[in-house]
Amino acid sequence: MSKHVAVVGAGIAGIEAASILNAMGHSITLIEKNEILGGHINHWHQLFPNRRQGRDLLEKLYEKMDDSIQVQYGKEITSIKPFSGKFIVTAADGWVTNADAVLMATGFDLFDAHKKEEYGYGIYDHVITSADLEEIFIQGEGLNPRLGKDPQRIGFIHCVGSRDEKAGNIYCSKVCCITAVKQAIEIKELYPSVEVYCFYMDLRMFGRHYEELYQEAQEKHNIQFIRGRLSEASENKQGGVVVKVEDTLLGKPLKLTLDLLVLMSGMVAPVAVTNMRDKLGLAKVDDGFLKPVDPHTQANLSELPGFFMAGTATGPKTITDTLTDARSAALEIDRFLKEII
Amino acid sequence: MKADGKKLIWKEYQKEIADDHYFYARSCIRQNFFPGSEKAFTRIMKDELGKDLCDNQHHTSCTGIGYHTDVVPFETTMTVIARQFSLMTEAGYSNYIASCITSFGLYTEIIETWKHFPETLEKTRDFLYKATGREFTVPNNLAHASDIIYKFRNEIAAKAKYRLVDKNTGSPLKVVEHIGCHYSKMFPHKGVGGAEYPYVLTGMIESWGGEVVDYPERRHCCGFGFRQYAIQANRGFSIACSRKKFDSMEPYEPDMIITNCPGCPMFLDRWQYALSEMEGRTYGKDKQGIPVFTYEEVAGMLLGYDPWQLGLQVHQVPAEPLLDKIGIEYDPEAKFKGPNGEDMGKPAAPSYLKFYQE
Repeated sequence: MSKHVAVVGAGIAGIEAASILNAMGHSITLIEKNEILGGHINHWHQLFPNRRQGRDLLEKLYEKMDDSIQVQYGKEITSIKPFSGKFIVTAADGWVTNADAVLMATGFDLFDAHKKEEYGYGIYDHVITSADLEEIFIQGEGLNPRLGKDPQRIGFIHCVGSRDEKAGNIYCSKVCCITAVKQAIEIKELYPSVEVYCFYMDLRMFGRHYEELYQEAQEKHNIQFIRGRLSEASENKQGGVVVKVEDTLLGKPLKLTLDLLVLMSGMVAPVAVTNMRDKLGLAKVDDGFLKPVDPHTQANLSELPGFFMAGTATGPKTITDTLTDARSAALEIDRFLKEII
Repeated sequence: MKADGKKLIWKEYQKEIADDHYFYARSCIRQNFFPGSEKAFTRIMKDELGKDLCDNQHHTSCTGIGYHTDVVPFETTMTVIARQFSLMTEAGYSNYIASCITSFGLYTEIIETWKHFPETLEKTRDFLYKATGREFTVPNNLAHASDIIYKFRNEIAAKAKYRLVDKNTGSPLKVVEHIGCHYSKMFPHKGVGGAEYPYVLTGMIESWGGEVVDYPERRHCCGFGFRQYAIQANRGFSIACSRKKFDSMEPYEPDMIITNCPGCPMFLDRWQYALSEMEGRTYGKDKQGIPVFTYEEVAGMLLGYDPWQLGLQVHQVPAEPLLDKIGIEYDPEAKFKGPNGEDMGKPAAPSYLKFYQE
């Protein structure tokens, strides 16, 4: 008799793990709080480093999904309780299922850029987040409807809500640097004459072909990378965004007016998942993400037998790392289920 | 600009402000800079709002300027402030109001220090007792005087004779609000509206009929940074700060500036004169400058107090064009007369900035 696995979250980690576990012969319920599969990738236009469409990646993952996977949409899980060697998984609308194992593929939330009050998100008309910019790319109408003109100068602020003790997040969100490089190139392709500035603390081009994309941004597109954090943004009479930044390489303060300021919002742990973690009495990490038993050898296991985690539920990851992690979790779950038979 | 975005932030930064029975500590310098402001505050509190206010003559400087310029050690400052609190305790009050922004910031810093490092509170009690034989309790409620006027802004609006409105067009006046740095930049949750988009003066301006001007250098210091001004060699930085603000606000054609700090109105007002003499540069219409007021002066003006009793004649930038715009009555002949009608004499006219009504 096949064992039942509840996979919480149908982003890319959940879909990948569900497909593999299903192919291994387990019965899978994939539970998604939204009405569509795919999570954040639905809102991402192009992916780094090869600029493929986000939609294209999702199609590839959907192809592997077998119809026998039960998908539950619109189910926000509010409680997971261990009971007699199983887990009772309950949603906000009262829906309940029992599972032999649970995989938390609950992903991340975007850092709420309103919290960086001095950057003016939600106050100044032309301050947006990286996620807002992806939506603009997806809409395909460029920046003109928003700005009322072709942009002349655009700035990207790296590390918004990441590596920021004041925001309560000391970790790096990993994907923002390369996303900013990718978005800056997309902007230059749309508007070749626009001046683009990226304001960064450190550029973390750790992934395969990231450095090449960064090089292309500088050499081919003349995108300016300035090491320095934004101290404040304000709005001038024409609706431009006036930014004050220190160029820490030159040791000089800079003040310039931009047509658009893009805040590279980092990843944060979803509050509901952190609360669930605490209710289950699982090990805590201060940043709210789930904590694996061992970061190297048991990166998908919790102290609670049968309760697993994958993807950005345990901390910021790239797409490649998320999918790899999901496959690793599927193997761990398969091993666990075989042991309990 | 999205007004709703600011409203969300303002909700996050609301503070408890006591509604009566206050111990009032005046500023060292405000009575020299803007001599009618503190008097206007006590008059509004007692006569207009019917509040119980203890205006105690025995308190001293809080040592703020000395502390921030590294002349006075922190232990001394804590002991001096403990003495102020002992006067409050002795008078039977527990709600403390500071007239000065730097004092308010320093009181906040010290109360927070005592909270986080209780041994410093015990040490201060010991120092004060040994030096003066006094004892004290920490205030239940600490507010800046502008918090109090903010709290009662609608009551003041209801009693006001005038509004911040152009009498000829009915349009709201365009008002620049400038908050003293020590109000909330150090402890954002201790100021109404926080540090980035403070609401304390904006709330008054909205209640009194004006329209707030948000300009790019709104957050910038007025130029009264102690290390800029108190050190003579650095004064160029001070005037450069003020100039940066004037250049930034000028395109919005503000009718006036309202401030809540002792130094800000002083520097934003007097440096307009200095800039005009140095560069021949004036701001505002017809070389009249942009008039600068304390919030008590504005409240007093709108309540119909005599502008010369409010001390507006000591402003470097003349207030009359604004009084005329609102329709506030005043006697131009009385501007340079003393309380008994004696002629105090006209000051010399600046080279560029208009000082007299001509």
